[in-house]
Amino acid sequence: MNLPQELRYTESHEWVRAEADGTITVGITDHAQEALGDIVFLELPESGKKLGAGDACAVVESVKAASDIYAPVAGEIIASNDDVTSAPEQVNSDAYGSWLFKIKPNNPADVESLLNAAAYGKLIGA
Amino acid sequence: MSVASCQLKRTILFPAHEELQARLVDFGGWEMPVNYGSQIEEHLATRQHCGMFDVSHMAAVDVLGENARSFLEFALANNVNKLADGQALYSCMLNESGGVIDDLIVYRFGSSYRLVINASTAANDLTHLQSVAKKFPGTQLVPRRPDLPDAQDSCGMIAVQGPQALALIGKTIPELNQACQTLKVFFAEKVNTTFGEIMMGRTGYTGEDGAELLIPIQSTVAVWNALLKAGARPAGLGARDTLRLEAGMNLYGQDMNEQTSPKDVGLSWTIDLKSERDFIGKQALTSSIQHYVFLGLVLKDKGILRSHQVVKTSLGDGEITSGTYSPSMQQSIALAKLPVGINVGDSVKVLIRDKELTATVVKPPFVRHGKVLV
Repeated sequence: MNLPQELRYTESHEWVRAEADGTITVGITDHAQEALGDIVFLELPESGKKLGAGDACAVVESVKAASDIYAPVAGEIIASNDDVTSAPEQVNSDAYGSWLFKIKPNNPADVESLLNAAAYGKLIGA
Repeated sequence: MSVASCQLKRTILFPAHEELQARLVDFGGWEMPVNYGSQIEEHLATRQHCGMFDVSHMAAVDVLGENARSFLEFALANNVNKLADGQALYSCMLNESGGVIDDLIVYRFGSSYRLVINASTAANDLTHLQSVAKKFPGTQLVPRRPDLPDAQDSCGMIAVQGPQALALIGKTIPELNQACQTLKVFFAEKVNTTFGEIMMGRTGYTGEDGAELLIPIQSTVAVWNALLKAGARPAGLGARDTLRLEAGMNLYGQDMNEQTSPKDVGLSWTIDLKSERDFIGKQALTSSIQHYVFLGLVLKDKGILRSHQVVKTSLGDGEITSGTYSPSMQQSIALAKLPVGINVGDSVKVLIRDKELTATVVKPPFVRHGKVLV
């Protein structure tokens, strides 16, 4: 199972990359894309949307089912990835290269409380 | 592994699925492959070439005895008297209120019959059928799935579907070559082969040409491996679902259940209310009215239609019973119960989360023999 060491993870299978400017980039894990199967539709949040930690803010639909994506920390959406909405299958082929949205956290330190690769790996039995 | 998943049933082909690294799901109490990597690729392989599906979780039940025909005339909503020797028929089995207990295929071989019923309903169906059979002395019900009570000579089932399916079967099992050339659609034949006696039915659940093979259980793995070697692509229940939806075929438990009248899910054509024949559910259906027309939807906006979404129409609300992304059309399609009076070509709105999206009403099937029809 592909689990980049430099990323943080959530129990709901999002990956989080802390950027140098204090923002975070969010996607879904390789484990999540594999469980979902062929991804065919993404609904991503609009820039400017304010979210609490754990708020449902995006939807990933595979052929099989629709799944909510949650905000890993509280903050404001500053960008969504239009490239993946027009080619959702990219998430299957490269889960960590296909970011979904970026958040400016209310409190940048919140990222530290997310799971590290080892803890997430344990969660999914990798 | 959770306790529940330890109790899941497995077909004889389970080790073959594991070897192919299938992703497994709980389907009606059975641990079955949902895909072997990509549902979309398996779907398209079936439309363009040949897919094969383990359907051994479904149950064959033989109906024997001199009263077999009278028994089925009464137990099934469609009329078994329509059947020539070797012919197959789609039918609902109803309760007294006219609700659907199960849908099935019945094959006739001389004076005996073979039913193929759904996986999760099989045990319940058998209890019901056995109770009805008491009124028809001498009628014997013989299940062919090993976990069912009093099962004998159990069989495995493989559906081989797609434009190349018959050629591939004939090449793999030479004794079936003749049947592959001559068997008509919705006919079946039992043939002795090196794998034992195989029942080949020219039936399926994909909208493609092909066959369903009922194989002695001890030879099922060998037949699967031989078909695999010949080039049939293993396809999971995921592809089976998108293929049947494109083909406009109902799924029991999804599009209908014991509370559903067949009239509301497009199955009036399978119910013969005009003949003298009495059958379970007839009285209820004779006096009931149709509440819904059962039609297809094609989503015009971006999104995916799913079951239980509300459909807003000019004549009131309807409901999606099955919805998915169509790999053949690369857009979302659905089967829906819509208010009587809604017609093909009408524009409707579907509530998806907080949005109203536009869909067009079409007549299923959406896809047949590899061609998009809507």
